[in-house]
Amino acid sequence: MMVRFTSAVAAVALLAACASDSKDDMGSDITAVSQPSPVAAPTGPAMNSAEYFNQVVGNDIYYGLDDYNLNAAAQATLRGQASWLGQNPSSSVVVEGHCDERGTREYNLGLGERRANAVKDYLVSLGVASSRVRTISYGKERPVCVASSDDCWSRNRRGVSVVQ
Amino acid sequence: MRSLWITLSSAVIAFLVSASVQAQVQIDITRGRVEPMPIAVANFPGNDEASVRVGRDLSSVISNDLERSGLFRPVDRDAFIQALPSLDVQPRFSDWRALSAQGLIQGEIETQENGQMRVAFRLWDVYGGQQMIGQAYVTQPENWRRVAHIIADAIYTQITGETGYFDTRVVYVAESGPGTGRIKRLAIMDQDGAGHRFLTDGSALVLTPRFSPTAQEITYLSYFRNTPRVYLFNIDTGRQELLGDFPGMTYAPRFSPDGNKVTFSMAADGNSEIYEMDLRTRRTLRLTNHPAIDTSASYAPDGRQLTFNSDRGGSQQIYVMNSDGSEARRISFSGGRYATPVWSPRGDLIAFTRISSGTFYIGVMQPDGKNERLLAQGFLVESPTWSPNGRVLMYFAQEARRADGSGGRTKLYSIDLTGYNQREIVTPQDGSDPAWSPLIP
Repeated sequence: MMVRFTSAVAAVALLAACASDSKDDMGSDITAVSQPSPVAAPTGPAMNSAEYFNQVVGNDIYYGLDDYNLNAAAQATLRGQASWLGQNPSSSVVVEGHCDERGTREYNLGLGERRANAVKDYLVSLGVASSRVRTISYGKERPVCVASSDDCWSRNRRGVSVVQ
Repeated sequence: MRSLWITLSSAVIAFLVSASVQAQVQIDITRGRVEPMPIAVANFPGNDEASVRVGRDLSSVISNDLERSGLFRPVDRDAFIQALPSLDVQPRFSDWRALSAQGLIQGEIETQENGQMRVAFRLWDVYGGQQMIGQAYVTQPENWRRVAHIIADAIYTQITGETGYFDTRVVYVAESGPGTGRIKRLAIMDQDGAGHRFLTDGSALVLTPRFSPTAQEITYLSYFRNTPRVYLFNIDTGRQELLGDFPGMTYAPRFSPDGNKVTFSMAADGNSEIYEMDLRTRRTLRLTNHPAIDTSASYAPDGRQLTFNSDRGGSQQIYVMNSDGSEARRISFSGGRYATPVWSPRGDLIAFTRISSGTFYIGVMQPDGKNERLLAQGFLVESPTWSPNGRVLMYFAQEARRADGSGGRTKLYSIDLTGYNQREIVTPQDGSDPAWSPLIP
């Protein structure tokens, strides 16, 4: 969350810099009073890196209880993933489908597969070649949050796209 | 395993040809809660140092088997009055009646000249003053535990009229490590926890092992090379074999009652269907065809039907279908979600996991869905497996885990079909996904 907030600020700053550069096209009643301050070298992960994908684009999305539908937030994240994959044609992803612990093991394996496949279908619908998206279900075997609480369970019902 | 069978079976001798005695010492195990029957299990004396030692341990194993069944209460040996004479002399029954023991188990062990061990026992009806059963076994000394379980099964059968379940093993998933990345290994042990050993090293996640009807093989799910697929594991050779070559995840495997087939689910494009592979021809047959999740199939003992789990009706429920996949019909209707159906070896019941209002239950119902009974409950109880005589269920329970990561232990339990006699099956590490073997051939 913090990382994404920072990147949003950076994007605004970049737009501001572009606007200043275009002063020559402005009317004569505008006078340049100073040069823009020097632009800092970009920091953070390179745009084509898995770190950038994980931290800036967002590699995880969340599902409702016993559900595999993609809500608006999930779709927005996946549009970002599809766009990143479009810019990085040599990369592919493995989509992991995960469940909370409040189901039975085998059914959750099926549910995790269904969740991962919902992500794959959406990415493919956005133009990503299906050969670049593999799926794997972990059922309830790999939680990120171990407490037996509603909060943890909602964080464990997730789809994670892992860049290869 | 097989060679032991030959040794044992060819050496089983009818010990005493006693005219069939009308059994007075009886337990009706279908009756619900029964007062455990007091029974005296005497030490089995030996004829040399080795056999004396084995005799002591062997009689304890018999006593523990009978006690854990919940049907017997072994009488404290310190209270024994009579020091038993040889097995060829009738005990003084009045001395055993004084202890209120209804049955007396007497035995002896002999190391023979060829190094083999001969174990003989008699079960006496203390009040009737008669022998109920007598038997001798000859085998290698290292097989003494199996002989103890076989004797306990013979006694259980004589008194209850039902086949026993003590000469069996359990395969399960041993768990260790943090909640976010549990290390899971296949492990196997005798039904009473003895002879525990790990079958896999924990490098690959493994789940849901199940025995073949010969108890020689296990089918299970492994994430070997991060590719979840069904495997076969040969217990004697340790050989692991990928079952088939499928494009998607295969999971939820189970042997057919004749051992010739394995049913499993395969996920393709997010949709799980139930399949069956013939192990002889390696031909695969698809049994379900529905966009729902269809999984956790289990054969009826006659192989003519399967019960399975599906959310085709909108939520996870239990269904029964014919072995060709036809006539699928829902049988669970009492509310909540139902999962993990397992057909009893007797054919009369289907055990399941039910999730209702945030609580998990282990229960049974008839194959037509009638007469549902809930036997155990907890924060998370799952994965029932039947004793081979269909009288006891084993399952696992997981505790809730606190925010600091503590708790969350998983343990194995058994419970009688009556809902009584719940026992923890103690394992070296946490345990889940138990599977009870058939009687060892």
